[in-house]
Amino acid sequence: MSTNLDIKVKHLTRVEGHGNIVVNMKEGVLEKAQLEIVEAPRYFEAMLKGRSFHEAAIVTSRICGICSLGHQIASLKATEDALGLEVSWQTIQLRKLLTHGATLQSNILHAYFLAAPDFLNVGSVFPLIGTHPEVVVRALRMKRLANDMGDVIGGRAVHPITCVPGGFTRIPTAEELLELKRKLVEEMVPDFLATVDTMAALAGAIPQFERETEFISLRSDDEYALYDGDICSTDTGTVDDHEYRKMTNEHVVTHSSSKHCKANRSSYMVGALARFNNNHDKLCDAAKDAAEKLGLKPGCCNPYMNTIAQVVEAGHCALDSVAIIDQLLEAGLKDEQPNQEPTRFGTGIGATEVPRGILYHEYTYDRQGRMVKANCIIPTGQNLANIDDDMKKLVPEFIEKSKEEITLMLEMLVRAYDPCISCSVHMLDVDFIE
Amino acid sequence: MANKPRVAIFDFTGCEGCELNKLNFENELLDILAHVDIVEWREAMDDRVDEYDIAFVEGSLSTPDCIERIHEVRRKCKVLVSLGSCATLGGINAMKNIQPIEEVREEVYGEDKYLFPTLPALPLSAVVKVDYEVRGCPMTQIEFLKLFTALVRGQEPVKPDYAVCIECKLKENECVYEKGMICLGPVTMAGCDAHCPSFGQYCTGCRGLVTDANIAGMEEILVKHGLSVDEARKRLQLYNVNQLEGVQK
Repeated sequence: MSTNLDIKVKHLTRVEGHGNIVVNMKEGVLEKAQLEIVEAPRYFEAMLKGRSFHEAAIVTSRICGICSLGHQIASLKATEDALGLEVSWQTIQLRKLLTHGATLQSNILHAYFLAAPDFLNVGSVFPLIGTHPEVVVRALRMKRLANDMGDVIGGRAVHPITCVPGGFTRIPTAEELLELKRKLVEEMVPDFLATVDTMAALAGAIPQFERETEFISLRSDDEYALYDGDICSTDTGTVDDHEYRKMTNEHVVTHSSSKHCKANRSSYMVGALARFNNNHDKLCDAAKDAAEKLGLKPGCCNPYMNTIAQVVEAGHCALDSVAIIDQLLEAGLKDEQPNQEPTRFGTGIGATEVPRGILYHEYTYDRQGRMVKANCIIPTGQNLANIDDDMKKLVPEFIEKSKEEITLMLEMLVRAYDPCISCSVHMLDVDFIE
Repeated sequence: MANKPRVAIFDFTGCEGCELNKLNFENELLDILAHVDIVEWREAMDDRVDEYDIAFVEGSLSTPDCIERIHEVRRKCKVLVSLGSCATLGGINAMKNIQPIEEVREEVYGEDKYLFPTLPALPLSAVVKVDYEVRGCPMTQIEFLKLFTALVRGQEPVKPDYAVCIECKLKENECVYEKGMICLGPVTMAGCDAHCPSFGQYCTGCRGLVTDANIAGMEEILVKHGLSVDEARKRLQLYNVNQLEGVQK
């Protein structure tokens, strides 16, 4: 490779949304290495203003089809915090089950359909139907079951119906939960173990590249934090989720219609690898075993390993779902109505882990329960600065390789973050009035 | 249509949930693939091609680049199908259309508002000819499969033009209004099998209005059930700004 390099990948494939990779090196000096976000702005702030608290989660769910459940959860938590709505133990357990289902679905989709083709040198999952049919069928079966969890509890997996402020519009029956449990135990767990073997065989294709950075995720004393927790940074420890603005510092950059974020350094990483690094001790045993088998250790600084962390989490979600179903059935399902009588009108925060990382919604309501202000900070937006910093280290490090090889490494790097560009370009407000 | 139609899938301004619902055909995906060649789909594959028989398009048009790209898609395809509320109606994105655009942009980007161009969110049919549509937010898999099967077989797809209430009654659901909630079922185009009311939620109108919907009557019912006049209009606008306010379509 010469010391001049000019890479432009327009509308990167196998990611959610529209982004370009731009790298420019002249006589050995890196002039530019960045991910341009060219997704059309959505302007959700304009859509939410003046709307009833009943509609907030319906609207914000549409920020992203892939993360729709996560947006609903963050939205409901923000609304409930702002309006003083208490929710029951049963509601929280059902939401945790939905979160597990959505995480499983998304992690499996990414590992098998979006990332694995790179490890096998093909352009999509479709050629694999001919060459590796049993693996594709397994991936589809796992995805179907994960979506079944959303269908049964949420009414549908994409833009769920039953999750509303204060609870659920429909409680699943014991028979439905038992059937989910049976499928999780009889199908999902063996499929997960087979997935670990498949990924272990492919792991050699994961590039060896490391860059020390700050990892931020939720953290809870009670469990592997997904639904709820405090904000935890590898640099500065934990803070309450109401302090989220200090940990995000959103700002506009010219090459991206999605804003960038920073906390204690120029960039930080969120997502499966950040969760694994911060919460490894809370994983179930089968997930810990999988991590060991796949060579993933706490403190891992190789962003490409995010895909492996997603696989490890899939196992945790499957097994923890079985435990939650057991607890729900033991307590007995109650036909509760959602609690929708506000006890105050003010500002509230909802922080939750979605597959791509920590998601924040913050809402302010007036005395009629209508939205005055909204702010959402999206995982992919938080990762963008980290991706740019990775590229700036990666390109000079691998400059001896061909342009094609470097381009593929950069594409794989962006895909490893499993970016969700629709989400990151949701466009809520910048200037929150404190 | 000739054997093994060449299919391409595109996304414009939206959440990609309709596309995701296609990847969620876990049980049927392999059968679908046996009947068509998917030749271009950015979200799932690397290939890009110059022509195809059927283009499935998700998302509304909201930037100058979108307008250029949809013309290109139209030139390259024989049949164009809009998928979901955004592509068919403008969808939830269109809510910004009734607000002063400079204020909307400033609210989000502040003084950097001119960095990112934007237009009113339009349905595909406002810019190019659309041959068929699948409604819903997200589009339902059953409707997609029905349309897909009809196209592959060369049949004319059947499209309902009656209210969600009819499907809801056929399912023997308790009327949502009986539960003390409001519902947009009476003016919303059917085809979803009254999915939301069947799960205890009200119809939000995601499928667009039936032909000749009685909007004044609907607003009267909403107000009678406790909403203010302003709130009633807002609820109706959620997915139907372009239809109701005459911005487009």
